[in-house]
Amino acid sequence: MLEHLDISQLSWARGQFALTAMYHWIFVPLTLGLSFLLAFFETLYVRTGNEQWKTITKFWMKLFGINFAIGVATGIIMEFEFGTNWSNYSWMVGDIFGAPLAAEGLFAFFLETTFFAVMFFGWNRVSKGFHLLSTWLVAIGSNLSALWILVANGWMQHPVGMVFNPDKARFEMENFWDVLLSPVAVSHFVHTTSSAFLLAALFVVTVCSWYLLKGRHVVMAKKSLAVAATFGLIASAFVGFTGDESAYTAAQVQPMKLAAMEGLWDGEVNADLVAVGIVNPGKKPGDNMDPFQLDIKLPYLLSLLANREFNSFVPGVNDLVYGNAEHGVVGAGEKIAQGKQAIAFLAAYKQAKDAGNTEAAQLALQQFDQVKEHIGYGYLTKAEDIVPPVPLVFYSFHVMVALGTLFPLVFAAVLFFLYKGTLQQQKWFLRAGVLSVFFGYMASQAGWIVAEVGRQPWAIQGLLPVGVARTQLTTTTVQMTFFMFLIIFTTLLIAEVRIMTRQIQNGPEGE
Amino acid sequence: MGSLDLSQLQHLWWLLVSVVGALFIFLTFVQGGQGLLLTMPEDETEKTLIVNSLGKKWELTFTTLVLFGGAFFAAFPLFYATSFGGAYWVWMLILFTFVLQAVSYEYRRKQDNLLGERTYELFLFINGTVGVLLIGAAVGTFFTGSNFTLDAYNSVTWHNPGRGIEAAFSLFNLSFGVFLVFLARVLGALYLNNNIDHAPLVEKTAQAAYKNLLYALPFLLYVLLRLVTMKGYAVDPVTAQVSLVKGKYLANLLAMPVNGLGFLLIGLVLVVLGVALARFKGSRQGIWPAGLGTVLVVLAVFAIAGYNNTAFYPSKIDLQSSLTIVNASSSHYTLTAMSYIALAIPVVLVYVAYVWRLLDARKLTAADVLVKGSDEKY
Repeated sequence: MLEHLDISQLSWARGQFALTAMYHWIFVPLTLGLSFLLAFFETLYVRTGNEQWKTITKFWMKLFGINFAIGVATGIIMEFEFGTNWSNYSWMVGDIFGAPLAAEGLFAFFLETTFFAVMFFGWNRVSKGFHLLSTWLVAIGSNLSALWILVANGWMQHPVGMVFNPDKARFEMENFWDVLLSPVAVSHFVHTTSSAFLLAALFVVTVCSWYLLKGRHVVMAKKSLAVAATFGLIASAFVGFTGDESAYTAAQVQPMKLAAMEGLWDGEVNADLVAVGIVNPGKKPGDNMDPFQLDIKLPYLLSLLANREFNSFVPGVNDLVYGNAEHGVVGAGEKIAQGKQAIAFLAAYKQAKDAGNTEAAQLALQQFDQVKEHIGYGYLTKAEDIVPPVPLVFYSFHVMVALGTLFPLVFAAVLFFLYKGTLQQQKWFLRAGVLSVFFGYMASQAGWIVAEVGRQPWAIQGLLPVGVARTQLTTTTVQMTFFMFLIIFTTLLIAEVRIMTRQIQNGPEGE
Repeated sequence: MGSLDLSQLQHLWWLLVSVVGALFIFLTFVQGGQGLLLTMPEDETEKTLIVNSLGKKWELTFTTLVLFGGAFFAAFPLFYATSFGGAYWVWMLILFTFVLQAVSYEYRRKQDNLLGERTYELFLFINGTVGVLLIGAAVGTFFTGSNFTLDAYNSVTWHNPGRGIEAAFSLFNLSFGVFLVFLARVLGALYLNNNIDHAPLVEKTAQAAYKNLLYALPFLLYVLLRLVTMKGYAVDPVTAQVSLVKGKYLANLLAMPVNGLGFLLIGLVLVVLGVALARFKGSRQGIWPAGLGTVLVVLAVFAIAGYNNTAFYPSKIDLQSSLTIVNASSSHYTLTAMSYIALAIPVVLVYVAYVWRLLDARKLTAADVLVKGSDEKY
């Protein structure tokens, strides 16, 4: 398969996936978080009977609707892109990966879209209670869809619950619950959804800070902020907790990703955590270049983060590439050799089977079984291929963590000033508040870069490199669709931002 | 359910995929309505009524399409990989039209929407015509075949530079697509006829359903005629060898008197009945028989494409690369697990139907869309 590998086509295909995924992720977190905020606002309306909460609900609902439409538009591409651009992937793991996608459609999307219609059209057509229920169901449906797709993504980071079928040349599901409840999938889901709640809360902070600076819709802004900042603060705690959990699971199942996140080239016992650093961009595996031009380290903390033990060993990039016998780390070179054997035995098995030579087929299969664990490595050419772009992953991780630490302080400050009744006087704080959602986006997108670029070259960790996963297309074809997406999505984004800005300027109806 | 064998599960899942596909084609009444949008309404009120009426349903159609893709991925991943990866352009173009649709309802009349009201209406029109046409052309290849080969590892190579677009240049596929476009318009007109209380539109939609049925007829007849006379891709149940057999699809129709020939004929009669009720009896309920008829017709089409030892996604240039419900399916374990998940389908249908009734209990009237601040958001 690999002999046809066309690197530029692969890069464009990856670029297209990154483009569509990152565009999609502009809108999804708002949907996930705002849907719950709407449910909170409307619950307050129904419980208190205060019409102001209804106005607040309807205002944010309008913004939610504008965002939702483009989220749907960018989402449909994601589902079908697995087939169009990654057809070998779709075949090789469709038996496992397809199930959560279908479940997402059935369990989540219908809930979301059916009750979305009630939420918008139903104010005068259904009872108050049923309307509230619908708003909650939209929130639950949206977040259920996140569950299924993140289970699927979690499985790609840490494939479990499956077995390789040599006759079909694919992986097959062996245990549905292992796939659904894998620790990586669970922490991935909680981390991602809570970060989305956080981002939606920041969106409310941005809009309301602007209103307060302008002295418009003050009561609405403060009420919205009180709910959103509380939500954001709670979400931040989950983000932090599951972020730690994600780093821990990465250390266990994707050690190379963790090494890249931390810029750790040579493994250490009592490894230090880099708080701030400027990496040497030219550094390559096996060279003697200093990893950092500048760094500030926190002693021992990386060992604690990775293994929950201060004096534990954390493997670096070089250990994973070249092996480290002392600490029992098998190098990629050895795995590649085994993988190539596995591929050869598989081919021999198929050939013997086609020729009707049962004995030879059995023998080849036995030999295959002994080395199949590393079959994915067999598609790589050299050990250094397993290293992701370290600087990009390192910076993305550090930007995400730094901003993630800042956000709970923002929410706490909002709540503090609201409590003191002095929020409107904090001009400097409100001006910074207007910018907050942009930092939220930066952190959120950076998180996905860590997750996805950090696991390169793997489409499925250890099993299937991206070069094998792709569809055979010409570079020109993929370039054409790449630019079509770029133009259409950018145009629609501009339209969305303009419409949204105008609606914010207009403010809530009837105020 | 846990005791079903692999073959039973493959048949069950072909049925489930067919049901989702059939419901999707019924729900393309949204696309059909969008197709009428540029020509039927005479004033802004009529147009707004149509957009708001369709606007309550478009996401249902959209979601059903997504589920259709997901169900195919889960149950027949080799089809998902081969067709989406191989016939790249036709699927990409279909998706692009749905991307455009997804924003158009929401953005069309919003201030500062960058492209202007007319552009978003054009997007809806494109989705309602080109989108449906291409879906028809793609489904047509279930019978006419495509140019692909699969290697020993089931990796697809597509042998036509059109990457799927070539499907639209076959007379059969094109006729199938055009038929679907007009059928969608028939359904769209009948849905609007049922959903909106506005005298001029009631009259016009009944007319439009009738006219579009007449337009659809020659294409339907051609498709049916070809279908019963063309060679089909038969699979030998013992050796799994695929061969071209004369009159295969006619044989399939006859071999399945209920879900083949029966569904097809009853379905077509029901569609005609729905239109006749609206046009000649002044009934507003034509969408229901026509909708049920559409579902039956599509079920019949899927049945003769996939059941009775037939390759549902044939390769013209290498018969043995053709996909069947046997060689393209997921494993026994996955199909079983998915079957438990599919138990949710009736639940979903029930709440969708419940909400539909609830929201449409009171018909849409001009007063609804003329009042400022009403719920009619589009």
